[in-house]
Amino acid sequence: MNDKLTARDFATSQEVRWCPGCGDYAILKAVQKALADAGADPANTAFVSGIGCASRFPYYVETYGFHTIHGRAPAIATGLKLANPGLDVWVVTGDGDSLSIGGNHLMHALRRNVGLKMLLFNNEIYGLTKGQYSPTSRVGTTSPSSPKGSVDTPISPGQFAMGCGTHFFARGVDTDKVGMSDVLQQAHAFTGTAFIEIFQNCIVYNEDVFAGFTERKTAANTQLHVKHGEPMLFGENKGKGMRFNQDTWSLEVIDATEAPDEVLIHDEGNAIVARLLIDLNMPVAMGVIYRQPAISFEDTFYAHHPSRMQRTRRVRDFIKGPSSWKVTKD
Amino acid sequence: MGSQFAVSTALAGADFATFPDYPAEIRAPVGTTFGVSAYQINLGGGPITTAGDAPEVLVAFNPAALKVSLPMLDKGALLIVNTDTFTDRNLAKAGYDSDPLGDGTLNDYQVVAADISHLNLESVKEFGLSKSEGGRCKNFYALGMLLWMFDRELQPVEEWIRRRLAGQPTMRDANIKALHAGHAFGETAELSANLSQVKLPSADMAPGDYRGITGAEAMALGIAAAGELSDRAVLFCSYPITPASPLLHRLTHLAELGVGTFQAEDEIAAICAAIGASYGGMIGVTSSSGPGLALKAEAMGLAVSAELPLLIINWQRGGPSTGLPTKTEQSDLYQAVYGRNGDTPIPVLSASTSGECFEMAIEATRIALRHMTPVILLADGYLSNAAEPWRIPELSAFAAIATNPVPDSDDSPQRRAFTRDPASLGRAWVSPGMPGLMHRIGGLEKDIDSGHISYDPANHQRMTDLRAAKIDAVAAFIGDQKIEHGPDSGDLVVVGWGSTYGPIYQATRRTGVSHIHLRHLNPLPGNLGELLSRFDKVLVPEMNAGQLTALLRANLCVEPIPFSKVTGQPFLIRELVDKIEAVRREAS
Repeated sequence: MNDKLTARDFATSQEVRWCPGCGDYAILKAVQKALADAGADPANTAFVSGIGCASRFPYYVETYGFHTIHGRAPAIATGLKLANPGLDVWVVTGDGDSLSIGGNHLMHALRRNVGLKMLLFNNEIYGLTKGQYSPTSRVGTTSPSSPKGSVDTPISPGQFAMGCGTHFFARGVDTDKVGMSDVLQQAHAFTGTAFIEIFQNCIVYNEDVFAGFTERKTAANTQLHVKHGEPMLFGENKGKGMRFNQDTWSLEVIDATEAPDEVLIHDEGNAIVARLLIDLNMPVAMGVIYRQPAISFEDTFYAHHPSRMQRTRRVRDFIKGPSSWKVTKD
Repeated sequence: MGSQFAVSTALAGADFATFPDYPAEIRAPVGTTFGVSAYQINLGGGPITTAGDAPEVLVAFNPAALKVSLPMLDKGALLIVNTDTFTDRNLAKAGYDSDPLGDGTLNDYQVVAADISHLNLESVKEFGLSKSEGGRCKNFYALGMLLWMFDRELQPVEEWIRRRLAGQPTMRDANIKALHAGHAFGETAELSANLSQVKLPSADMAPGDYRGITGAEAMALGIAAAGELSDRAVLFCSYPITPASPLLHRLTHLAELGVGTFQAEDEIAAICAAIGASYGGMIGVTSSSGPGLALKAEAMGLAVSAELPLLIINWQRGGPSTGLPTKTEQSDLYQAVYGRNGDTPIPVLSASTSGECFEMAIEATRIALRHMTPVILLADGYLSNAAEPWRIPELSAFAAIATNPVPDSDDSPQRRAFTRDPASLGRAWVSPGMPGLMHRIGGLEKDIDSGHISYDPANHQRMTDLRAAKIDAVAAFIGDQKIEHGPDSGDLVVVGWGSTYGPIYQATRRTGVSHIHLRHLNPLPGNLGELLSRFDKVLVPEMNAGQLTALLRANLCVEPIPFSKVTGQPFLIRELVDKIEAVRREAS
C-alpha cells in the first residue's frame, strides 16, 4: 500500500439505502475518514453487524463485512477475532440490537475485553421495524406500540457498559465531525473493547430527540468534551467548568473564570467520575469518558493456549489413549 | 463400614427380593485382608446382555477399596469415587504411588468423583450425630446416588430402613435423609449411568490395536483429526449442557492439535462464535443437546445463507423442554432435518457407536468444507458416556479434506467469493485478511452470481433451488448405503440409526434378518429406496415416536413399521427380537 488511501477508497459500489437525512450518513463518512486517517488496511479490516438500520453499515464500507442476525454481532465478532486476532474488527449496532435482543452478548464482550471497536448508534427508537419504542427510549415515548407513551425505564448505555466492566467508553454526536473523528481514532488505537455511544438522529421516527444538546448553535453550552488531563471546561469561551461537590458526590457547573482551580481535571481512568459524567444531563459529556487499558481477551486466550492455536503434535500421538491392546486372529 | 449397619448384610436380606423392580441377584461381600468390605448388586439381572461376573458399577469409599476392586471390573465400568478419602496418607496406605484419580489409571472407566463423606455429613448435620455415627450414613447416601442413576424407586429402600432401624429413630431418620440427599445430588449434578450395555461378541472383533473409548473422546479426536486432514485450526465454541459437556472437557486436552475451546455465554453465542471462527478461516464447531440446538436454529440459517462451513454436534436427550437431561433419546431428528425458518436444508449425519463418532466427525467436516454448509451430526447421551472397545483406525486411511480454491479471475471479489464449484455447489472459502478479496456477506438473500443483496423474485427461486441442489450434491458425494449384514433381499429388513446400532445388530443376527444402519439422514443415500424395495417389510426401531419412519415415508414412498421406545433407556435385544418375531408371524 504505497498510496495512502482516502475516505473515498473505503466506499463500496452499493447504493446507500438509509432514509434521506439520516444521521447514519454522517457516521459512515466519519468512519470512512477515520479508517483512511488511521492508515487501515481494507483487507485486514472487518465490519460485523446485527440487524437494524445501523446494521446495514458493512455493505457500504470497502473492507470485509458480515451482516449477521439480530443482536449476535458481538458473539460472531468474538469468534472472528479469536480466529484471526490480527484483524481490525468493528461491530456496528443499534440500541435495539445491542441493548435489547443482544444485551447478553454485549455484556460478555465488554467484560471479556475482546479487541473490538463497537459503535452503538443510539437513536432511542426502533427504525427498521417502523418506530416502536426501544430500551433507550425515554419514559412516555409515544410510538405505534406505545400510543399512550412507553412506561419502561430506559437503560443508559454508558452505565450498562461500566457495569459490565468495560475498559473504554466514549461518546459522539453523528454530525459532529471533529468529535467523532477524535473518538474513532482513540477507539481504533485501543486494545480491547472500545465501546462508543453515538447519538444518532432518526429523522423519521424520533426526529430531534437529542436536539436539546446537539443543536450546533447551542452545542458549546450543552456539550462537555472531555480530554484526559485537561480541565472539564465548556460554554462560550470555555467560561464554564465542572466541579466535584463533595457534599452531594455529584458534578456541578461553576463559573470557570471565577474559580479556575476548582475545575475538575479529567482523569479517564477514574471509574467513579466516569459514571458521574455519563449521568450528566446538562451539559452532556462527550469524548473518551473512561479508558482503563487491560490485556485483551484474544491475547489472553492465545497466551494461555499451550500451542497458541498451532498444531504442534499429531492425532496419532493421542489416538491410542492411556492403554491399548492387540486383537489377533485365532 | 463393617459396622452394625453394614450394608452388605443389609442388602442380603430377603426383604430386597420382594421389591418388584429391584435387583434380583445379591452376592456375598467380598472381604479382603485390607479390611475392604463391599457389596455387589446385579442391577437389572439377566435380561441385559452384559453377561459375566464383572460388576458394572463400583462405589469406592477409599483408595484401598478402589485398589482391591478395580481388577474385577471391565473397562468402561462406572466408578463412583469418594474423593474425600483420597489423601496422600490413604493413597500410601493403599499402595498407590500417585493419585489414580489424576494419573490416568481410570481413563478406561467412567468416573463420578464426589466428596461423599463430606456431602453425607452435611446432609445429616441436623441430627446431631457423632462423626462416626453420621459417617455410617454414607452407604445410603451413595445408594441414593445409584438409585437416581439407575432410575430406581427410593420408596422400597426407605421402607426397608424404617423396618430395620425401627428401634433407633435418630439413625433411621438420618439414614433416610442421607438416602434422599444422595438421590437429590445425583439429580442436581445430572449424574447419569450410560453404561455400555450391549457389547459386540469378541468373535466379531477384527484384528488390530484396540482401546476403550467413549463417544465424547472419539468425537474430540475426530474433530482434531478433521483439523489435521484439512490443515486448519479448530475453534470449538459451546455452552455447557448435559450430556454434551464431556466433549468440551475432552477437547481442552487436545490443544496441541491446533484446537481451541471457547466457553460462550449462551447457546446462541456459542454457534455465533463458531460461525465467526469459520468466517475467519478456522473450522468452527459447536456442540449441544436438544434444547441448545433449538436456540441455535436462527444462526444455522445464517450459516446456510452465508455459505459458511460449520460443524454442529447434537448429543440428544429426552424431551420436550428440559425433559430427561440424563436419559437418552433420538427425538431431535425432525429438529435437525427441519427445524429452521425458511427453506433451509442442512446435511444431517449420525454416529452409531461411541467409536464411530471419530469417523463421523471427519465425514461431517468433509461435507461442511466441500459444500460450504453447516452440517449437523447427531449423537446422544448414551454415546457420549458409553465406553466401548474401539479398533484404533489408521489415520493414513483418511483422505485429506480439500477446500474450494478462490477462482483466479478478473471478476469482482464479491463475485469470486460466491463462485461455486459446479459439482459440490460449494463456494470458495474467503476469509478476512486475504488481500484484494474484500466482500460482504450476510443473511439477506443475495444474487446467485454477483453475491450482492437481491430482492429479485426469480433470483430467490433460483437460490432456494440452489440450496436444495446442494443437498442433492451431498447425496452424490456420500455414496451408497450398505447392508450391515444379512441377505440383500427378503421378507424383513430392520432399519436403524444412531446408538440403537448395538441392540439392532445383535437382534438381527440372532433372528437372521437383514440390518441397515443409516449414517446419513439428510440427504438419505441415493440407493436407499431401491435397497428397501427388495424387502417385503421394513421395521424401524427408534428411541422417539417414529421420526425416521416418517422421514422414510416422505422421501422414499415406503411404508415402514414403526417400533418406538421412549423410556429414556436403550432398546434391549430381547425387545427387538420379540418385535422381529411378531412382525414375521403377522406376515406368515
